[in-house]
Amino acid sequence: MVHICTVTPISMTVGANRIVPAIAIPHPLGNPALDPAEEKDLRRHIVEKALAALETEVEDQTIFD
Amino acid sequence: MSKLKVVHYINQFFANIGGEEKADYPAEIRVGEVVGPGLALTQAFGDEAEIVATIVCGDSYFNENLDKAKADILAMGKEHQPDVFVAGPAFNAGRYGVACGTIADAVQEELGIPSVTAMYKENPGADMFKQKVYIVPTKNSAAGMRAAVKVLAPLALKLAKGEAIGSSAEDGYMPNGVRVNFFEQERGSKRAVKMLLKKLAGKEFETEYAMPDFDRVAPNPAVKDITKAKVALVTSGGIVPKGNPDHIESSSASRYGEYDITGVNDLTAETYETAHGGFDPVYCNEDSDRVLPVDVLRDLEKEGKIGSLHHLFYSTTGNGTAVASSKAFAAEFSKKLLADGVDAVILTST
Repeated sequence: MVHICTVTPISMTVGANRIVPAIAIPHPLGNPALDPAEEKDLRRHIVEKALAALETEVEDQTIFD
Repeated sequence: MSKLKVVHYINQFFANIGGEEKADYPAEIRVGEVVGPGLALTQAFGDEAEIVATIVCGDSYFNENLDKAKADILAMGKEHQPDVFVAGPAFNAGRYGVACGTIADAVQEELGIPSVTAMYKENPGADMFKQKVYIVPTKNSAAGMRAAVKVLAPLALKLAKGEAIGSSAEDGYMPNGVRVNFFEQERGSKRAVKMLLKKLAGKEFETEYAMPDFDRVAPNPAVKDITKAKVALVTSGGIVPKGNPDHIESSSASRYGEYDITGVNDLTAETYETAHGGFDPVYCNEDSDRVLPVDVLRDLEKEGKIGSLHHLFYSTTGNGTAVASSKAFAAEFSKKLLADGVDAVILTST
């Protein structure tokens, strides 16, 4: 499991082991200020990071910056 | 003034009858006798109260003959009509702790006599009974007797006198989940700043809102090959089909939803929204992919970058939702995910 969230300290507190930081609380995987194509690229970038995190062995709680 | 009357309950070990080999000792009452820890209690009671009888019962006997032991002990207690019933301290003895909690609760409920006990916080009796009877936390061994009696005796006296019991912090019992409304002298902002200053100075401070205990799980091994993996989406961001068909609450959710996204390539303003009441929903309602990235995962699926996207996603609102509820939801849907052969989960939170 990988946790994508904006407030990573909360994720650490509740005990997630693979954590990927997100953009903002109301739109973790988006940015309404961007045009739709750019926004989707941004989202894809975060999801790819999450997939890479899933393929990475971790010993302890890890934030994938 | 006559002294307040106390009936004290202890096990075979503290009555000096024997250890495990005597744990099947049946319940008996010793009228007018003060036994074992009763001596320390008597001392602490001073002139205010006295132990009029001590009930002794083996730990195995009590737990194996629950109904009979309970009935016998209740009859003994009833006969003496004490002002308060004290059981233990049980420290970390599991069966003793459960016996103390059980009998203290029964005396209180069935005889209407206030009761109190004491034990180590990890004694199974503590979790079972701390919401029903006052339980004073103790050390995990009888070495903590003095400290335990110091708190137990005054609390027992208060109960015997029918005095109002203060908060758990004031009167030294385990928090029992009871909340009482009151007017604090200082306003919240002042108290918060005081706490913050203490914290910054590295001093002890008492929180007014304790965090729940979060458990830790060992990390799962890495996914060997994500291009072959079935990936599922889970969210605490409250994404639901438009209209929120399961009526998931906007905060303190009591349920989660399971939604089929077979054939769904993009979440749109017309088809999905958020039920979450803890953030500005405007951006999410315009495009729920901003919280649950279905569009991107469909692309990755088509490109062979992941094996597949699981056809169901699970969703609840993580806004003020109890840790216990969240745990129960996840325990349930994790089983479904495993049964469906899901290899990896992306959990998104707002």
